[in-house]
Amino acid sequence: MLGYIVRRLLSTIPVLGVVALIVFLLLHFAPGDPAAIMAGDSATPAQLAEIRQRLGLDKPVFVQFFYWLDQLRQGNFGTSLHSNKPVAEMIAARVGPTLSLAVTTMTFSILVAIPLGVYAAWARGRLSDRLVMTLAVLGFSTPVFVTGYMLIYLLSLKAGWFPVQGFASLASDPIRFARTITLPTLALSTVYIALIARISRSSVLEILGEDFIRTARAKGVPERSVFLRHALRNAAVPIITVIGSGAAFLIGGVVVAESVFNIPGLGRLVVESVLARDYPLIQSLILLLSVIYIGINLVIDLLYTLFDPRIRY
Amino acid sequence: METAKTKEILRIDNLDVSLVESGKTLIRDISFTLHAGETLCLVGESGSGKSLTSLAVMGLLDPGALRVSAGRILVEGIDVLAASAEELRQMRATRMSMVFQEPMTALNPTETVGAQVEEVLRVHGEGNAVTRRERVLKMFEAVHLPAPERIHASYPYQLSGGQRQRIVISMALILNPRLLIADEPTTALDVTTQRQILALIEEMQQKFGTAVLFITHDFGVVSDIADRIVVMNRGDLVETGTRDEILARPRQDYTRMLVSSVPSLVPPGRMPVTGAQILEVANLNKVYTQGSFLSGRRRVDALKPTGLTLATGEILGIVGESGSGKTTLARCLTRLIEPTGGAIRLGDTDISAMSQRQLRPYRRRFQVVFQDPFRSLNARLRVRDIVAEGMLNFGTPREEAYARVGDLLERVGLSVEMMDRYPHQFSGGQRQRICIARALALRPEVLIADESVSALDVSVQKQVLELLREICDETGVGIIFITHDLRVAARICDRVLVMQRGEVVESGSVDEVLTRPAQAYTRELIGAAPGRNWDFEHFRPFA
Repeated sequence: MLGYIVRRLLSTIPVLGVVALIVFLLLHFAPGDPAAIMAGDSATPAQLAEIRQRLGLDKPVFVQFFYWLDQLRQGNFGTSLHSNKPVAEMIAARVGPTLSLAVTTMTFSILVAIPLGVYAAWARGRLSDRLVMTLAVLGFSTPVFVTGYMLIYLLSLKAGWFPVQGFASLASDPIRFARTITLPTLALSTVYIALIARISRSSVLEILGEDFIRTARAKGVPERSVFLRHALRNAAVPIITVIGSGAAFLIGGVVVAESVFNIPGLGRLVVESVLARDYPLIQSLILLLSVIYIGINLVIDLLYTLFDPRIRY
Repeated sequence: METAKTKEILRIDNLDVSLVESGKTLIRDISFTLHAGETLCLVGESGSGKSLTSLAVMGLLDPGALRVSAGRILVEGIDVLAASAEELRQMRATRMSMVFQEPMTALNPTETVGAQVEEVLRVHGEGNAVTRRERVLKMFEAVHLPAPERIHASYPYQLSGGQRQRIVISMALILNPRLLIADEPTTALDVTTQRQILALIEEMQQKFGTAVLFITHDFGVVSDIADRIVVMNRGDLVETGTRDEILARPRQDYTRMLVSSVPSLVPPGRMPVTGAQILEVANLNKVYTQGSFLSGRRRVDALKPTGLTLATGEILGIVGESGSGKTTLARCLTRLIEPTGGAIRLGDTDISAMSQRQLRPYRRRFQVVFQDPFRSLNARLRVRDIVAEGMLNFGTPREEAYARVGDLLERVGLSVEMMDRYPHQFSGGQRQRICIARALALRPEVLIADESVSALDVSVQKQVLELLREICDETGVGIIFITHDLRVAARICDRVLVMQRGEVVESGSVDEVLTRPAQAYTRELIGAAPGRNWDFEHFRPFA
């Protein structure tokens, strides 16, 4: 098992290298000249050349690439073209809220969706099953910003239970953290609850048709155990796959949720950096998100082996 | 002598099972009894309702689709149909238990088999974790599993089919139920494994005095183990009697037809074939290499260098257990997989090394009939197009091809009007006839039948075997007939090759090999063949 983890970790190195190259080239060939942006409209050609030289933009592409890699290795992610602050610092300031939101969203979704899905499978065909599945379709087709503004309207403005916007970190003010994170989590979770509940239901139903479920019943296993012990564990692989790809796509929802609830997170930083063509910042953000994607995939693969002993790479 | 066997364990009175939605009855008016220590074989072809009957006893009918609409089932005097869900749960594994057909899928793949057997004890509140484990290990020993400790910690995928079936049997018997229902428990196993599992069930039965309800379609097995027999057909009980009454003196026409269809291990006695040689295979082999650069390469000889010849009008049987290489041989012969080396001479031409493009004109000359007629026909094509496709591909004009489809269908015992139907409108036997018609459409010189009758009921099997023999005698096509069933080989083949672990261990005329086997392995196979002591066709034991 340990050997497998080490091998999987090693195998991510070439992937990371390719990702780094693509990220670099993407921006290198993107329209828009970073030197021109920095210099402003009134710059002379001499000033432009001077900036290019300072940024290393006059060197061959591959030299620039390796220089960039070497800088990354030293922890230097560059300086923002706009704020002139180190990129690493800017990202670090924004990671907390986004990470909090991602963790609460995924945890809440999993805790609600899997029992819901298993329940629907158990109540298959009955009214409660159809109700759960109808709600799932509804939850899946409602955009995050609609759910978000609805929640704000009902629970903040009308009921006054939660602040309308804002964010506080868990460390600084746990109570305010809980009050501010609840609505964005709910808004962002609906899609994932719908998605995970549906896949849980269908996977469990599929497993229930298997021969070993009949064996379990024939040996007198109570229905509850048939569902939780025999069916759910065998249904885990497709459920984990969906949770994993859900987590990977979370960033899209985070951008919207952070805007709706005015949370100073990474999602908004991504949007800001792209609008400002802040190249060093964009590069680092893409790289960071890629590393997160790769990490999620790694975790999913490891979880597979945990739930299904037949899977060994 | 019968005193120990007098206690009634199972009693079924006038049982009807019907579909919940349409109310259609699937089994009607089934009644029989089963006593302690007795083996009752419930026999019938597919769709006879034998599995439904057994599931009804266990209370395992799918409640959404099926229900018992009339009758009574008593297990040790307790009315199963009147029991609550919880009472029924408690009866399972303690009073009645079940062993299923497919040991490959009957166990939970994500749990160790030890935990799965222990679960039986746990859900019935037996002992604590330590004593449960001890009891399971003891049970594994009783069912002759090697290294019980290691098996206990194994997952199902790490065990062989026979070992898994032993696990399922330990699960069924660990609480010493008085009734064991075995639903085709050996059908998916090789004959030698089947022999061992049947012996194990008998041993357990004697040890615990269990009553066994054994469900099977195989009269060979029935003749070996049954005390009494219940014959079912399409949901009706046809006949009940002792083994000898049913096998030697059947009263009903259906039973007579069924019993007499069962092939015997003794070949009917054939004239040697004198046709010209059409196929010669020399040193044909297939090597798979596994593993990667890091773990080191491993060579697997799926097929060791093998030679054979086939004459016109001859049926050559290739027999062996799973993993013996018989299917690899067939696939290499047809170039469906690439042989590693060797020669395949069809007439004067060696086709073994041809490119697929060069091979194409020769494809017409060797055709295949596969095992599963339910999956080897394209469900979206009409029979007309399925049978004509090959001819059209090789340039036969459409009119002519369709006319020939009609002739072929008549030849294989179907009718011209069936041309416009789709495969799902046919039974298994009819579909296999369509497959044969398709294969014959190109007037091949060699026909390869890979387990072509294994999925068919015994009465249908007999008809298809007769059809193949007739076609062979009539058209002179040479047939390579691959089967795991020695009895089928005995009935149809002129010569046989016996294969084991990728090589031919014995070959010769079917008479020679089956009546005077030279090799130990062949003798073992023959010894394990169920029903070898019974001459079903003539309703008598072999002298």
